[in-house]
Amino acid sequence: MSQATAVPGTSWNFRDYLQRFGILISFVLLCIALSLLSDRFLTVSNGVNVLRQITVNGIIAVGMTYVILIGDIDLSVGSVLALTSVVTADLLQKGVPVPAALGLGIGLGMALGAVNGWITVRFQVPSFITTLGMLTAARGMALTYTQGRPITGLPDGFRFLGRGEPLGIPMPILLAALVFAAAWVMLRRTRHGEYLYAMGNNPVAARLVGIHTGRYRVLVFTLSGGLSALAGLILTARLDSAQPTAGVAFELDAIAAVVLGGTRFTGGVGGLGGTLLGALIIGVLDNGINLLNISPLYEQIVKGAVIALALLIHRRAE
Amino acid sequence: MTDTRTPLLRMVEITKTFPGVRALDRVTFQVDPGEVHGLVGENGAGKSTLMKILTGALQPDSGTIELRGRPVRIPDPGTGQRLGIAIIHQELTVLPELSVAENIFLGREPTGPLGLVDWSRLYRQTQALLERLDIDLDPRIRVGELTIAQQQMVEIAKALSLNADLLAMDEPTSALTERETEILFRLIQGLRDQGVTVIYISHRLEEIFQICDRITVLRDGRHIATRPVQELTPQEVVRLMVGRAITEMYPPPGQAPGPVRLEVRNLHRPPRLHGASLTLRSGEILGLAGLVGSGRTDLARAIFGVDPVERGEIRVHGRPVTLRSPADAMALGMGFVPEDRKSQGLFLQMTVRQNTVIARLKELSGRLLGLIDFRRARTEALRLVEELDIRTPSLEQTVRNLSGGNQQKIIIARWMARAPSILILDEPTRGIDVGAKAEIHALMRGLADQGVAILMISSELPEVLGVSDRVLVMREGRIVAEFHREEATQDQVMLYATGSLERLPGPPEAQA
Repeated sequence: MSQATAVPGTSWNFRDYLQRFGILISFVLLCIALSLLSDRFLTVSNGVNVLRQITVNGIIAVGMTYVILIGDIDLSVGSVLALTSVVTADLLQKGVPVPAALGLGIGLGMALGAVNGWITVRFQVPSFITTLGMLTAARGMALTYTQGRPITGLPDGFRFLGRGEPLGIPMPILLAALVFAAAWVMLRRTRHGEYLYAMGNNPVAARLVGIHTGRYRVLVFTLSGGLSALAGLILTARLDSAQPTAGVAFELDAIAAVVLGGTRFTGGVGGLGGTLLGALIIGVLDNGINLLNISPLYEQIVKGAVIALALLIHRRAE
Repeated sequence: MTDTRTPLLRMVEITKTFPGVRALDRVTFQVDPGEVHGLVGENGAGKSTLMKILTGALQPDSGTIELRGRPVRIPDPGTGQRLGIAIIHQELTVLPELSVAENIFLGREPTGPLGLVDWSRLYRQTQALLERLDIDLDPRIRVGELTIAQQQMVEIAKALSLNADLLAMDEPTSALTERETEILFRLIQGLRDQGVTVIYISHRLEEIFQICDRITVLRDGRHIATRPVQELTPQEVVRLMVGRAITEMYPPPGQAPGPVRLEVRNLHRPPRLHGASLTLRSGEILGLAGLVGSGRTDLARAIFGVDPVERGEIRVHGRPVTLRSPADAMALGMGFVPEDRKSQGLFLQMTVRQNTVIARLKELSGRLLGLIDFRRARTEALRLVEELDIRTPSLEQTVRNLSGGNQQKIIIARWMARAPSILILDEPTRGIDVGAKAEIHALMRGLADQGVAILMISSELPEVLGVSDRVLVMREGRIVAEFHREEATQDQVMLYATGSLERLPGPPEAQA
């Protein structure tokens, strides 16, 4: 019962620490196990490879972190990714300049996200339902738009997004790092971020302290849509091909990364540091399954088991 | 009440420690058969912990429990139930979608030859039980359709159907109207006549003195006193609870009020508001009394822009305004402390600092990107924490871990940070201990003296009469009476609140 004293500079508390620590333990254990099992694991090129592999899921998971933090869910990320990819690729092939095509593609993703958010808020539908609808509808649009065929052969300026290496850093990694950094600053250093935590904690109280909760919810879905589109463009540029069937079940990997990272499914608790670790675990796991030549038939079983195990360690620490 | 009888219950030298806190320190608690025993103490005094140990929800670190002279162990709530111990919690645990009978006999329904529920027997059994307890309810009605008071009756009936003869009640009247409280008290007296022993926990001392035979006072996890109620006065009990004399329960009245800050004319919002009007002046505390469901909270929410109104006019500083959201009301200088701090006020997983300045973040952050000036935010939070004497180990403490009184002060601090000109408080001291209550009353008076116009809703009549400069009584969505501080009496207010004046001579309806 001492008088209050400010502790400058600490935004950590013990439980936070344990949460991160728990997931960190899982990550380190996994890395140790893989480096013992395969001498190709602990190499620079493999490290870069892993990072490159997780960029798409990582970027989507940033948006998903925001969505889950406010107590919602976005199931449509994979379909939005596919639709925006094929539309952007088509624009590029029709001669639209690269920057304009990129802007239009990301704009389309944001618009689709805004529709998710607007329907959810305006008609008070659970976001699970709204985005389930969008998951199906956007996939359908991607398929009809392309008649089911992939669009290949894209301009070099665009392919730079997936294959360029300014200053020796692969472009996708650079972009993902920028997205993470900007999103972290917004979440932890601005009032908007603090409002999102407040909304996740107690939406009723959030409205009663003057937060425009509806507006923020729509914005969060818009952001998630925009980031899905960006992830899709990176994927398309890397493969030099936009597939209408791309991104199936991507929402599951993104949700897994967020939840592994300790963000509470009911909202209000968690953050991007955890999501980054979560995405890394999933990435390392995929990489390990490849390195160890585990049959694709068993791949999902192994992955599911390791994720469940990591979650158990994590919850125990909590 | 003689000393020769063996006590029904003896909890001897009970000690319970939680990380960092000694919740109970060698507490001995003794209850005689057939008495109503009041258990009082400030929040954090150890009442709930003691009751949790009694019902088996918690295990003591040391100490023994004797029931009817025999030592017992209560490792889990099921054992407590078999020993005849039941507890009625503040938050009810009835299932709203099931009938009264199903709720009472859940899992123990009488069955026919095929193992199917024998409905007619179930309803007959329930009817018999309710009649024995003198509770007037239809066993077939869905519990969700009942009032809170009636739901509580169902829960009591359930406890007694399990043959409980020791019934602990934790703040049973916190959600009840005065009239419902009377009905509950009659039930408790009836139970006592049938030999049931009751442990009664409440912050409301009038009730304790009205219903209890003996009182035990706990303070800071220690047993302070156990005495027959005749040997005590409310002032003495308060002194025992807080360890110091509280000379004046309520702050002195303020000066003459200033100019009109808020005018409300003829607000309509079905089903609860039917033409409510009021005028609120700078520097005054206006008390809003009325039964639960009379529209008090609806009126406050409408004024703060939470719920849209159908028609009517709101004027702030003389200008008519349209409020589409709480943000609009805040821009006009209003603040609102909602009635349920956990579900409507606090961000439980967030820190003291975050909760305190959340309504000020716009001013504490950059316009363009919204980057928070953390140094200013912490300075401001610290100033408020000190000013309101909020007891917390640090600004980084999550508010979940604070006591009710300190949590409530954080919500008040949140609005004080904005220096509002109009502050609406809905049940500002519900479920808060005596000490914190007096502090909050003093705070409200201090704000009024600085010129803030305060509208206070309270279900506790002594609070309304003690704190307000003017009292409005609400009934069925309208203001039906106005009193000045000196004129108002509990009886007068209740007469208007229940509508008895219009419906003489019969009593008002029990149903809300």
